Amino acid sequence: MSKGVWIVAEQRDGALRKVSFELASAARKLADELGDEVGAVLLGAGVEGLAPELGKYGVDKVYVADDAVFAQYTTDAYAAAVAKVVKENDPAILLLAASVLGKDLSSRLVGKLATGMASDCVELKIEGGKLIAKRPMYAGKTFGEVSVSGSPQMAQLRPNVFPANENAKAGEVVKFDAGVSAADIKAKVAEVQQDTSGKVDLTEAEIIVSGGRGMKGPENYNIIEELADVLGATVGASRAAVDAGWRPQSDQVGQTGKVVSPNLYIACGISGAIQHLAGMSSSKYIVAVNKDPDAPIFAKADYGIVDDLFKIVPELTTAAKKIM
Amino acid sequence: MNIVACVKQVPDTEALIKVKPDGSGIEEGGIKWVMNPYDEFGVEEALKLKEKLGGEVTVVSVGPARTMETIRTALAMGAEKGIHIDDPALYNADAYTTANALAAAIKEIPYDIIFCGQRAIDGDMGQVGSILAELLDIPQCTIVTKLDVGDGKATAVKPIEGAQLVLETSLPCVITAQKGLNEPRYASLPGIMKAKKKPVDVKNAAALGISVEPKAKIEKMTPPPARPPGKIIEGEDPAAKAAEVIRLLREEAKVI
Repeated sequence: MSKGVWIVAEQRDGALRKVSFELASAARKLADELGDEVGAVLLGAGVEGLAPELGKYGVDKVYVADDAVFAQYTTDAYAAAVAKVVKENDPAILLLAASVLGKDLSSRLVGKLATGMASDCVELKIEGGKLIAKRPMYAGKTFGEVSVSGSPQMAQLRPNVFPANENAKAGEVVKFDAGVSAADIKAKVAEVQQDTSGKVDLTEAEIIVSGGRGMKGPENYNIIEELADVLGATVGASRAAVDAGWRPQSDQVGQTGKVVSPNLYIACGISGAIQHLAGMSSSKYIVAVNKDPDAPIFAKADYGIVDDLFKIVPELTTAAKKIM
Repeated sequence: MNIVACVKQVPDTEALIKVKPDGSGIEEGGIKWVMNPYDEFGVEEALKLKEKLGGEVTVVSVGPARTMETIRTALAMGAEKGIHIDDPALYNADAYTTANALAAAIKEIPYDIIFCGQRAIDGDMGQVGSILAELLDIPQCTIVTKLDVGDGKATAVKPIEGAQLVLETSLPCVITAQKGLNEPRYASLPGIMKAKKKPVDVKNAAALGISVEPKAKIEKMTPPPARPPGKIIEGEDPAAKAAEVIRLLREEAKVI
């Protein structure tokens, strides 16, 4: 019988990503409820030393395949390795990150393991010994509670939503032979082009300052960038601003852009079209600055200022500078 | 070149979504149905590829009778033929079961490259393209913003957090389209007229010989959690209002 709550830890360039600790903590909580162990699969080159860090967040056993073939993420190598160790150990639940690479890997695994998966979940619980995963659908216009009848029961967790709690367990290393060689990789990574902006990606940012149609033009984003700099935030944009060519595609937050859940989202000159709200309404705190008191964004905002953003945003920067 | 584009019919992005009182699904009355926006990028890329390298584009979709409109839209944009998988057991099917149906239909035709949207904007699962690739045992490049195909291989750009990957793969493969890949064309009037005469095969699960046993199930649907009402900071002085918000963020919310 399937047993254990497993995660696939995500590392990049030899460092575990924060979402890995969120996965470990969420898995620990489920495992405690089920009276099970937490297992983590860790793939990479020179990554065995990371196992204790996973132990710190509640992982009992870390299944490690440490090999040059895993130095760079590829769907083919990673999916083959995870599928093999999962089939050999038969965990009941398997959690992955709803990060860009986590989505790629987990979806391929659904095919390999012939099971089901709840994508981009924001809440997990156990009912009658089974996982129930809550997730936004229709871009957050509704939520669905999903159960998985295949095995393992898979779920992707949205980054930044589940807390990472320290809860020390053994983090014992169990090495496994993934049986994967370079010849198995059909889709290869030819090049990695690093983003040189030095900014945290929107999906991982703790604070986002976003500008919309109310910015009136690309030349005005300097006031958004100044506020973002003071707060250590990443700059985002609405679809209107991206479609107008004011901001790059990669800045777009919303149903057809990025889904974000920072601790703080500051929306400037964004009316709050349903497709934008879909991408940011799971933010922990929302501030809205808009001169239209009827803008739908105010219904989602914890703190709102009805005024001209060109007056307010520079004042926010000034006030923030005094305390940061 | 034999090109396949998978499409799904979904509610328009502006549609108001209401959960049925029993939580079993959404109220479909009054919804305007459109081609999933990410699938439109896939269809456009398929057509561009055909125009460059020659060949034909087959559109495949799973869904009820109304799905035929979306298949006709793709045919009007320029695809040659369609396959409509219509079976009540597959309406609202989970990702694996849907991908399995698509795979069964695609296995019956020649294919060099298959396009899917990176996710559909109704279920927001984002799994079908990858599962399809696995079931056909071919490589995948997902969430792609740039594609170049030639000499029997595909080169795809995939943005990840803080970087971009340039992927290279042999054909056949599955590409899942992200916004930015292209600007989808509108169907022309002659295109719409021609589309009416283009062939569409309609098949059910039995004809495809597939299982419809679900792997995942939506137990219930609920409206989004309500956020507690927020505070509007009143006053005339922009500096005072801004200072008050910063104070609240520091002292009450504790997020800065």
